[in-house]
Amino acid sequence: MAHGAGGKASRRLVEGLFAPLLFENANAPLGDAANVRIDGASVAITTDSFVVNPLKFPGGSIGELAVNGTMNDLAVSGAKGQAMVATFVLEEGLPASVLEGEIRAMAAALHRAGVVMVGGDTKVVERGKADGMYITTTGIGRFMPRVTIDARSVRPGDKVILSGPIGDHGITILLARGELDLEADLSSDTRCVLPLIEAMVDEAAPGIRWMRDPTRGGVATSLNELARDCGLGIVLSEEEIPMRDEVRGACELLGLDPLHSANEGQFLAVVAPEYADAALNALNRTEGGEDAFIIGEVRTEPACGVLVTTRYGGSRIVDMLVGDPLPRIC
Amino acid sequence: MRYVDEFRDPELITRASEEIYRLADPARHYRIMEVCGGHTHAIYRFGLKDVLPSNIELIHGPGCPVCVLPMGRIDDGLAVARNANVIFAAFGDMMRVPGAHGSPLEHKARGTDVRIVYSPADALQIARRNRDRHVMFFAIGFETTAPSTALTLMRAKAEGIANFSVFCNHVTIIPAIRAILDSPDMRLDAFIGPGHVSTVIGCRPYEWIARNEGKPVVTSGFEPLDLLQSIVMLLRQLQAGEARVENQYKRVVPWEGNRAALKAMAEVFQLRPYFEWRGLGFISQSALKIRDEYAEWDAEQRFPIPGTRVTDPKAAQCGEVLKGVLKPAQCKLFGNECTPEHPIGALMVSSEGSCAAYYNYEHRKAVAMVTSISSVA
Repeated sequence: MAHGAGGKASRRLVEGLFAPLLFENANAPLGDAANVRIDGASVAITTDSFVVNPLKFPGGSIGELAVNGTMNDLAVSGAKGQAMVATFVLEEGLPASVLEGEIRAMAAALHRAGVVMVGGDTKVVERGKADGMYITTTGIGRFMPRVTIDARSVRPGDKVILSGPIGDHGITILLARGELDLEADLSSDTRCVLPLIEAMVDEAAPGIRWMRDPTRGGVATSLNELARDCGLGIVLSEEEIPMRDEVRGACELLGLDPLHSANEGQFLAVVAPEYADAALNALNRTEGGEDAFIIGEVRTEPACGVLVTTRYGGSRIVDMLVGDPLPRIC
Repeated sequence: MRYVDEFRDPELITRASEEIYRLADPARHYRIMEVCGGHTHAIYRFGLKDVLPSNIELIHGPGCPVCVLPMGRIDDGLAVARNANVIFAAFGDMMRVPGAHGSPLEHKARGTDVRIVYSPADALQIARRNRDRHVMFFAIGFETTAPSTALTLMRAKAEGIANFSVFCNHVTIIPAIRAILDSPDMRLDAFIGPGHVSTVIGCRPYEWIARNEGKPVVTSGFEPLDLLQSIVMLLRQLQAGEARVENQYKRVVPWEGNRAALKAMAEVFQLRPYFEWRGLGFISQSALKIRDEYAEWDAEQRFPIPGTRVTDPKAAQCGEVLKGVLKPAQCKLFGNECTPEHPIGALMVSSEGSCAAYYNYEHRKAVAMVTSISSVA
């Protein structure tokens, strides 16, 4: 299961097995979307599968996630989604009303993201073989002019921008499973981040070096991947990382690190220092970007690692997630 | 957030740190053991070493229940689950701890019904909902978690729930501290006393450490300011040549402990004559056993237990690290053969284990500093 949790094991699976056997260029850094050239034109393409329990949760549902997640993968690759196809794996006995609810949620999310669904496929598996439903979406998009996303272009001194509070999705799902006897006024942050990225691109396009949506494995895993890809260190300042009290409280209580908690409506951007203020201002002025902050910067050390510093002078290394986050009790 | 933010206030933390620098005699080396794994985790997580003078050495103690559990007990528990088609329920802390034939999570991947629960009461609830299955709760922990196991067993008995049992691995903290103090290669100046354990047992049980061993003890909370204040209190005692038990964690720890919790424990548990601790060996009267009145709910009496004994890999030096004789990075396997992804010793598994805490929060920081120093040179 650890291979699917988005952390170290997932990366090793991709780098150790999938990339060498399946990819044309096994050594290219792993991004969120691929760049395919068709008749001289660049097309962005990405795919993602959505497996979530429960199917509906405060703030969203699997259908909405399936659209937003793939659009966001395109957006953080500097591409604007144009069209999407979807595959559904349905468990026998799934109530028709649940399916209809999810299709409606997808339609609404497509409408909001301004993208069209152009095809799909459906399979039904025996009862007990799937958690209600799985959805895979594949999106293609057009790259935005003036934006080049490449971890290898990141330099010491670059600023790390985070679009909003972390951990809402991960903690919401954990609580929505109902195993915890914990309640909080919290909902998933699932949304399409394209409008925020477009606003930032308008003001700071030449300074944008790298972006990623910190989904499974959280901010810590995304930034560790960046650190490894660029060979530099990321130094975060703990008190600048936006987080709701409910997320902080739940993480304190359960012994979880919010930096490992999943997000479905945020993104990280590394921006050249001279463009950082412009990028941040553009985000802060855009609806849904009011809580964006500069949370840290790129330095030469710790090479290939992420360091979090506190206001009182303490510091700690934050690694990628190993397996799923498990609550600590004793 | 109340009870958190004020204990992470940078100004107060800086002041406490300055007070420690002022109190610590530069000619002296202080060896202070934090007994509790929660403290170890907090020390690394908050990077407290960065605000302490270098002559204050924090030694990580045996208070991580996952770390001191012998591998054979995990194998025994999982063998019962496999052979008797039992639902194996345990805290998340246990899930990645390797037995000789894999961890509970690996057994789950092979088809054993393994469930993560957040309290023993949740395991009992699984039993209520699955009357045709047996649910075994694999209980771990010091006096912190033992009362909730006791109350759950009392409820199981009161409700007559027959398809539930507890595989009891509860241990007690005092004999472990005694074993550490008896160890000949151990030189300690003072103790940061456990926080959560003390909410149950209070502060009195530590008095012998001050009286007979002449070592100060301060029970401490888990926030940065709690730990620094506790170190200030210990240094003041050491400077004055005193040895007393003090309570820094008064907002949570009553001096006399929690009588209701102690009563529940006494009702359900009795001391085992001896119990094996990973790294420390057999310690007499150091663990809890379920009383005969609750035999029906005692997995060890209900199922045949293989009684597996597993010797730790020879090269792993968990015992020395657990006793504070070696630092995590001084173990031969640290960071190469033994990592959080592929733990060989239990200290690498639990995030409260000193090796995992050191690896996750400190190890690469040290590497980073070494490289930056050598690149300057």
